Amino acid sequence: MNSDAGLALLVAAGCILAMSGVPGLLLGWRSPWGARIATSATVLGSLLGLAGCALALGGMGAGAFTLPSPVPGGRLEFSVDALSGFFALPVFVVGCLGALYGVAYWPPAGNPRSGRRLRFCYGLLLGSITFVTLARDGIGFLVAWEVMALSGYFLVTADERSTDARRAGWLYLVYSHAGTLCLVGFFAVLARAGGDFALRPLVPGAAGLGVSTVLFGLAFIGFGIKAGVMPLHSWLPAAHASAPSHVSAVMSGVMLKMGIYGIVRATSILPLPPVFWGAALLVFGSLTTVLAIAFALGQRDLKRLLAYSSIENIGIILLGLGLAMVGRSEGRSDWVMLGLGGCLLHVWNHALFKSLLFFAAGSVVHATGTREIDRMGGLARRMPWTAGLFLLGSVAICGLPPLNGFVSEFLVYLGLARSALVPGSAWVALPAPALAATGALAVACFVKVFGVVFLGTPRSAATEGVHESPALMLVPMAVLGAACVLVGAAPLLVAPALERAVLVWAGGPLRGRSLAGLAPLGWVSMAAAALLIGTAVVLAAVVPACRRARLRQPGLATWGCGYAGGSARLQYTASSFAQLITARFAWVLLPKVHQPRIDRLFPAPAHFHSRVDDTVLDSVLMPGLRRLRGLAGRMRVYQQGNLQEYVLYIVAAIAILLLFNLRLDWLVTEICGNGGAR
Amino acid sequence: MRPPLIAHLLVLVLLPPLLLGVINRTKSVFAGRRGPRILQPYHDILKLLRKEVALSATTTWVFVAAPVVALVTVVLAGLLVPLGPFAAPVAFAGDFVLFSYLLALGRFCTASAALDTGSPFEGMGAAREVGFAWLTEPVLLFAFLALARLAGSLSLDGMLRATEGGAWLERTAPLVLTAAGVFIVLLTECSRIPVDDPNTHLELTMIHEVMVLDHSGPLLGLVQYGAALKFFVLDVVLLHVMAPTARIDGWPGFALFILGLTGIAIGVGILESIMARLRLLHVPILLIAAVLSCGFAFLLLSGNTP
Repeated sequence: MNSDAGLALLVAAGCILAMSGVPGLLLGWRSPWGARIATSATVLGSLLGLAGCALALGGMGAGAFTLPSPVPGGRLEFSVDALSGFFALPVFVVGCLGALYGVAYWPPAGNPRSGRRLRFCYGLLLGSITFVTLARDGIGFLVAWEVMALSGYFLVTADERSTDARRAGWLYLVYSHAGTLCLVGFFAVLARAGGDFALRPLVPGAAGLGVSTVLFGLAFIGFGIKAGVMPLHSWLPAAHASAPSHVSAVMSGVMLKMGIYGIVRATSILPLPPVFWGAALLVFGSLTTVLAIAFALGQRDLKRLLAYSSIENIGIILLGLGLAMVGRSEGRSDWVMLGLGGCLLHVWNHALFKSLLFFAAGSVVHATGTREIDRMGGLARRMPWTAGLFLLGSVAICGLPPLNGFVSEFLVYLGLARSALVPGSAWVALPAPALAATGALAVACFVKVFGVVFLGTPRSAATEGVHESPALMLVPMAVLGAACVLVGAAPLLVAPALERAVLVWAGGPLRGRSLAGLAPLGWVSMAAAALLIGTAVVLAAVVPACRRARLRQPGLATWGCGYAGGSARLQYTASSFAQLITARFAWVLLPKVHQPRIDRLFPAPAHFHSRVDDTVLDSVLMPGLRRLRGLAGRMRVYQQGNLQEYVLYIVAAIAILLLFNLRLDWLVTEICGNGGAR
Repeated sequence: MRPPLIAHLLVLVLLPPLLLGVINRTKSVFAGRRGPRILQPYHDILKLLRKEVALSATTTWVFVAAPVVALVTVVLAGLLVPLGPFAAPVAFAGDFVLFSYLLALGRFCTASAALDTGSPFEGMGAAREVGFAWLTEPVLLFAFLALARLAGSLSLDGMLRATEGGAWLERTAPLVLTAAGVFIVLLTECSRIPVDDPNTHLELTMIHEVMVLDHSGPLLGLVQYGAALKFFVLDVVLLHVMAPTARIDGWPGFALFILGLTGIAIGVGILESIMARLRLLHVPILLIAAVLSCGFAFLLLSGNTP
């Protein structure tokens, strides 16, 4: 009974979310009611969905219901378990807060043309993501998946007059469909091995190692494109940068995770994984995480930078999953628990802090009208709340204690380190130092962003007249910030839900291993508390003196080392701050540097310019595709527009197909006689 | 033997400036000067704590909070290391991750505070600090993994007190490699020559000192005290890696432990006297060498069963 209630709530939530924008379409674009109805429906649907997730994560069994499919060869099957509930929860949290944020960020009055379409697609995106997590058969899954992809396309191109947004949308569409192609292949092979399109664990022996590796590979590429695994990530930075900020938050915090959900679900139904699958995930995870944060360091566009940082976090998530896979192959239940626990918790954590950062970045972009980090500066004075919340998100995303990012990274580290103790398995621990380097690079990256955007003195006129965002934008950020603190300070609260989701993946109890027993989460809470209390005590001792200082000498300037003619332009910029690191990664970042040559005593005014493009897209794919197009041009001789020629092609094609269809042995017998056949 | 938390805290709080005094004294002896008293750093810090603060109008609350958070992180990290024969008051599986992430949090704060002043010099220092740290973190982690492998323990206390008995002799090569890596981390994180010159007078060449140019009074006192604590904590880690057999229980062991810490401080002082600072662009090469050294140690250890 209870299990059905959870599923019913989630299905209802999905339907309400998907339909939330429809009334607005029927109303005129001047009417304020469209936005009001959409937002209220989103909030209502999210609350229902949260209740459903709570039931699913509370271990209320797995309900299921099936519908006859309109497509031959299958039936629509929906079900909920702890894993679905786990991945559906961020949809409702981020979706609901994003809708509230969007009311102020994309007001109907300011965007009459795109407002209705944006709200419709936003609701459709949330609803389809809900159904992606619920679908248990190939057809329903792919339909929900495609609706998600297409509504994402219309959201990316919401600002239709911008060339960048249109280009980003096309890129996203191409990538997305390449991924779907792999998924169609995945379900086709799965149906051949398992008998139908259902997403249920394959019987061991149903598929040989070759077939299951093909399945794994197709799932990894198809879902990996959605998740943004390097080198399949190139659509992601542009799409995230161009979409409206609350949409970026949902795309980065929730939609990317559907790629992870797909990989997690697919690996859970493939029996007996060989070790090299997990090893491949570890290798891709390490590469993704280190290289993506290096790319993030090279960016000057605030939202592009956040997008690359999302890729980095996907890498961390993959590391956890890879560890769990190796653990399953080697029969190490503790690696499974810690690895997948870290992976899943990071999915939640990233949804929380990345949405927070995108909301805050949206506030900044909204206020300054630019995404260029180097044109900002000193915004903490004018937007104190946004600055504080951005700082909170930055500390969390760097995986620093006492916030939530630390907890999930801690679980992954702990699992990796446990593998170092096992004879013969020390190689599994090798991603740990890469993760450590990533942590330090993330610190560099977010000190850069926070410092250059919010601290120091304003670098350009863009910051003039900037004011704090309205409460409707700040409250969603504050809620997310509070959630980051809560998960960081009391990780034991989420441990039961995590454990249930891990058990669903592992397909059974892990020999009495519990997350709380493996990871000293109590100590993590203690450390967080000690950090907060210690800071508060010392601050209380220092703050009065500082307050006196501000009153006594209010207009004091920064010590310029004896140089009095300083200007805001002398400050370190984002690119100069990161230069020491990006120079080390120049072999992969390939920065385009325009550097003036100074060869005279009194040089003329000169400009320095540097830019980091996406290496995979701009240095590999585009030149490759251009060459392919050049080659394809030679095929043009067969395309002369001559009707007779086309008829000939058709006849030839039919003839080839007919020949192909003849049984070859029959052909051999016919030609060579019985002697030839023998 | 696990002493009460308060005793550990007392040693942790009182001892660090002494080591700075030892380094400075060593350097002056090498330079043929009498130099300041060994206890001078205590006087310096106390003097700063009594002084008034001067705050640039550019700065925000971040500037005030950063040194405080940085100090607290080092104190907490100090609770995770054992002091010679005395076990650490806090030890749990995976606390080495907390250790290195606490240091990273401190770095986040210090670098942010530097950018808060809007000074080009401080931005330069912050850029260098974070630009080197991404190489020191993997060194530490490789070192901890190697020690964990050796000790069969995942807590810092366990891995640092692992090699009691004869294990040190059997595993000399990996331990020497690990110690070399940790020593380079110590020099980098604590801004010593050949990475950074704490006594230079040219802002353009500094790392840590230039980041705290604008701090004054108690805030500067906290910064300097935090730097001393960080040196102490990393010194303890290094000593445990370098001389694991020199462990005698009880107070004689503790006395020997203090001697060892002082010895490393003298070593750092001698190194500072006889070496010049490396070119800034060459520092990453040194750090990559440290990564390789600790990584190699880990690989050497992973061949055998512990």
